[in-house]
Amino acid sequence: MLLITCPFCGPRPELEFGYAGEAHVVRAQDPRDVSDSQWTEYLYQRSNVRGVHAERWRHAHGCAQFFNALRDTTTDHFVATYRIGESRPDAAVEAGR
Amino acid sequence: MAETMARLHPLAAVKTVADPHLVAQGPMGRFSLRLSPTAAPPPLGALGLSLPLAPCRAAQSETAAALWLGPGEWLLLTAPERAPAVEAALRAELAGQAFSLVEISHRQTGFSLSGPRAAQRLNAGCPLDLDLASFPVGMCTRTVFAKAEIVLWRTGAEQFHIEVWRSFVPYLWELLVIVGAETS
Ligand SMILES: [Zn+2]
Repeated sequence: MLLITCPFCGPRPELEFGYAGEAHVVRAQDPRDVSDSQWTEYLYQRSNVRGVHAERWRHAHGCAQFFNALRDTTTDHFVATYRIGESRPDAAVEAGR
Repeated sequence: MAETMARLHPLAAVKTVADPHLVAQGPMGRFSLRLSPTAAPPPLGALGLSLPLAPCRAAQSETAAALWLGPGEWLLLTAPERAPAVEAALRAELAGQAFSLVEISHRQTGFSLSGPRAAQRLNAGCPLDLDLASFPVGMCTRTVFAKAEIVLWRTGAEQFHIEVWRSFVPYLWELLVIVGAETS
């Protein structure tokens, strides 16, 4: 079974996790300040990466926390997982090459 | 005169078979405690223990247990008759900081599963690595058993405590009995 490393609990079976969409999609502090096209982009436009993708996961049947992960969408390999608020660890991607 | 409804065990309607290694437990006092994940929690005299801060670890005293379920989230277990006093004492001890304490005694039921094949039996429905090296005594976690979410706590090398929500009790019981027959 695919193991995903929860930043709190360590490596755990995929069954315990839920996927929660692309990571680092920033919501405007005040939506009234942005144009319709910027708001549309925030709501609907996603990068749909072929390769290493930053995405949100939740350890739903575990510690219940959301966290971020870098996953290669072509191999399903998890390059790194990191806590919400931490920046994207691209060094891990380079090290994995 | 008003009649009192008797509280039924969730297995009351299920035809159970005697299983020396699987015991459904009676009533227990339970609380869900939430604190700020960044604040240092005080030692809780009402429970006679300090809340475990390490992920997936349980702490136990003579009268109570505290199971780490997530950052700032614990499951507290105590004897049912002590529950009201424990709740009052905890509220007094935690006053002054942000907290949430919810009594969930009736939400779930406890099982104890023991024996040399206990881990193997659990692994029929639970994908965790239950080797003693990776799931030592004192480790606890929310996880899944087949289609039910459970809290699993290893209380001995061959001894587990399982908490499951009430409506999943017959399902979990029957599955564990079937698996027990297959692994014995
Ligand atoms: Zn976790």
